[in-house]
Amino acid sequence: MENQFSREQSGSEVIVVTSGKGGVGKTTTSANVGTGLAKLGRKVCLIDTDIGLRNLDVVMGLENRIVYNLVDVVEGNCRVKQALIRDKRHPGLYLMPSAQTRDKTAVTPGQMVKVIEHLKEQFEYIILDCPAGIEQGFQNAIAGADRALVVTTPEVSAIRDADRIIGLLEANGFKQIDLIINRLRTDMVRRGDMMSAQDVVDILAVPLIGIVPDDENVVVATNQGEPLVGNDTPAGQAYANVVQRVMGKETPFLNLERGISFWTKVSGIFHRA
Amino acid sequence: MRHFFQRKSSRQVAKDRLKILLIADRVNCSPEMMELIKTDIAKVISKYMKIDADNIEIQINAKGFKSGRYSKPSLSANIPIEDVTGDLNLNRQ
Repeated sequence: MENQFSREQSGSEVIVVTSGKGGVGKTTTSANVGTGLAKLGRKVCLIDTDIGLRNLDVVMGLENRIVYNLVDVVEGNCRVKQALIRDKRHPGLYLMPSAQTRDKTAVTPGQMVKVIEHLKEQFEYIILDCPAGIEQGFQNAIAGADRALVVTTPEVSAIRDADRIIGLLEANGFKQIDLIINRLRTDMVRRGDMMSAQDVVDILAVPLIGIVPDDENVVVATNQGEPLVGNDTPAGQAYANVVQRVMGKETPFLNLERGISFWTKVSGIFHRA
Repeated sequence: MRHFFQRKSSRQVAKDRLKILLIADRVNCSPEMMELIKTDIAKVISKYMKIDADNIEIQINAKGFKSGRYSKPSLSANIPIEDVTGDLNLNRQ
């Protein structure tokens, strides 16, 4: 109720991107959702809450422009505005980097809430890239958020951790928890060697907000430091759709058959026969 | 071809493993606690009938009552009754 009230008041939405397990695509998702929202003209602030292991700056290609960071802000070494890096490619997109030389105890949940309250005054969307795990870094990341995007891959370990995270989010009063299934391979699902999106949704029982296919273009985009959201790639289109749904617009799920090679299709026919 | 005669697909194996795993995770019940529950159940039931307390089996099952995000798991106990002919009637009064 309190969250609802503050959101209405400020008109901004604070979204935490989390997963429990590491390496499933939280940072990539944060970068793409944030960039996608900015491409549609929204004012967006991305916050890297992974203190000691910052990544979001690199994925965004903004690593050379860091002067101050989140820890500097909470310790009063600089003003909030000074720590924000403006992404010159997209008006309205800013990044608050994390500190690389400190650890998770450098920030408390209370301090995070304060920083976010300040940022709400100038941003429509605040996206928090959560560290892996369920320790203080997680507590910091969820403290000021009013909704969550839980990222998982169709693997037993990632889904197990996602289930735990969803339980913790529910226990912390989150009302809106949406699921993103990352790195899905339709060819493997068809062969019976990977859980389908529906399988994962059945097990986790939270609303699905995105299916992102396993796409090597994501690696290329990360190499270049430019999120691929909206590009003419399977993952780029999938992220563009996630952005639409984050904004509350109903969007049909991609036909992931696209991008599967001719040979996979041919062998698929034989497999089915 | 292999699809016809194959044992379960790895997709199905993953689903089955996850379902069992998540029940254990969600209930968060340690083996010690299960032992304590077992002895307490034995204590209560033996007030009313003669049971084989050493061979009680209790387990948490997936099947249960739908509530919220997932169906609630249920606890089932298998309690061997030693003396069926005993004066069970005594307790009915």
